Amino acid sequence: MNEPQTAVDWEAVVAHAPVPVQLISGTPWPELHVEAPNWPDLAQFLRTAPELQLDYLFCLTCVDWKTHLTMVYHLNHSRQERVVVVKSQLDRDQPQIASVAGIWRTAEFHEREVFEMFGVQFLGHPDLRLLILPEGWEGRNPLRKDYEDPVNMIRL
Amino acid sequence: MLQEITSTDTGCLTINVGPQHPSTHGVLHLVITLSGETILRVDPHLGYIHRSIEKMCESLSYRQFIYVTSRMDYLSSHINNHGCALCVEQALQIEVPPRAQVIRVLMDELTRMASHVLWWGAMAMDVGAITPFFHAFRERELINEIMEETCGARLTMNYMVPGGVMFDLHPNFQKRVKDFIPFFKSKLDEYDELLTHNIIFKQRTQHIGVLSREDAISYGVTGPTARASGWACDVRKRVPYECYDRLRFEEVVEQAGDCYARYLVRMGEMRQSLSLVEQLIDNIPQGDFQAKTKAVLKLPKGEFYSRVETARGEFGVYIVSEGGTTPYRIKFRSPGFSNLSALDHMARGHKIGDLVAIMGSLDLVIPDIDR
Repeated sequence: MNEPQTAVDWEAVVAHAPVPVQLISGTPWPELHVEAPNWPDLAQFLRTAPELQLDYLFCLTCVDWKTHLTMVYHLNHSRQERVVVVKSQLDRDQPQIASVAGIWRTAEFHEREVFEMFGVQFLGHPDLRLLILPEGWEGRNPLRKDYEDPVNMIRL
Repeated sequence: MLQEITSTDTGCLTINVGPQHPSTHGVLHLVITLSGETILRVDPHLGYIHRSIEKMCESLSYRQFIYVTSRMDYLSSHINNHGCALCVEQALQIEVPPRAQVIRVLMDELTRMASHVLWWGAMAMDVGAITPFFHAFRERELINEIMEETCGARLTMNYMVPGGVMFDLHPNFQKRVKDFIPFFKSKLDEYDELLTHNIIFKQRTQHIGVLSREDAISYGVTGPTARASGWACDVRKRVPYECYDRLRFEEVVEQAGDCYARYLVRMGEMRQSLSLVEQLIDNIPQGDFQAKTKAVLKLPKGEFYSRVETARGEFGVYIVSEGGTTPYRIKFRSPGFSNLSALDHMARGHKIGDLVAIMGSLDLVIPDIDR
């Protein structure tokens, strides 16, 4: 971290983005909201645009909002501090979004975790199957809010 | 889930290593495809100690959930607690008193040493040297005793709470740490004689499991494993928390990216941690060890993320709050999970005996991966 830090003008980034993106500021880190079908184009742009080059995907997760699911991607640059949070809303009954395992390879494991815990289908994922849960848990997604399991879950 | 040992027409052999296997340091299950002795593919199966800590935390208050996090990376439990406390403090804008900050950093660095020294012994044992394990446990025991005296626990400390630390330091703390510093320094030199310059150890680890810098970043590998590949990713340097920005320490970075480089980084980090403890032990400010906080913590609506550097890499806590007394959703970004994802890439093309060295050099803690 010896090189000087350069600030990113996120408004300009949003203006240059290949797909429509909504910028939310006022949060600890800037947030980009994108429609799920547009996510692969935005991901490629964030990874390759010369002023960004966000090569470090450090957190990939999902939040169940009971009416919909939200995918949350935390991206950063490997030398500069340029954290940005990308969010995308998914339909709760048929959640699907493109996989970014081809862009950031760490996504392969993280997407498998989100797949089993939330039931999100990642299109184009190289190997989408259960990672943590044992066989036979397909279709039951423990981190969803309405998940009930009388055997494995204890109410506090 | 266990796959039978199968031999196909292609001459490939599929075998299971684990879930009960000494080299996996816990219940990790690897399904390995071999061609002769050469590894074609490593497929990790996780979850043997998955407790769904993230789901559990959804029904625990902001004071309670920290206790569960000690059970994730049990060798860095102080630092896990630290990350969670930081996230809650960031949300509530709690100012941590200087004394608590220094105590936290001291504990973090002692934990890092204890974790690395245990790894040192375990790594040596993985590649066939039994003696270092006993040496390592002897030194780790001293750190554990210091912890026990102040925190009342040896493994799951639960010492860092929102606002500071749980209790003040034990009166013996300073003296014991001061006795420990020169002792451990001499032991580090002994470690070098035992293992660092050992030709057999070098042959088992050099040029084995090479991970390039680009791959380390792409796989989200962090901590000593990434720094051995030439990526300076130490959170303590990148976004300093507590008083790290006022302390003198070097980020140990190696370029080779093999098992031996990872070994060298951890050895260097133990010396750096020792120097940090040395700088702080005589400079613990007087004052409160905990800021005044409300009995029931209520986080404002919003999302909060904190990052700390554990002994294994970048640990992230992501809290989604709806304004209540319990988190709506918590995600723990555990370093081990991402580090493990690079194992397949690193092991391909090596002999099965080298897999043990690669696994050892990754310093995996299974509860940290499974959560």
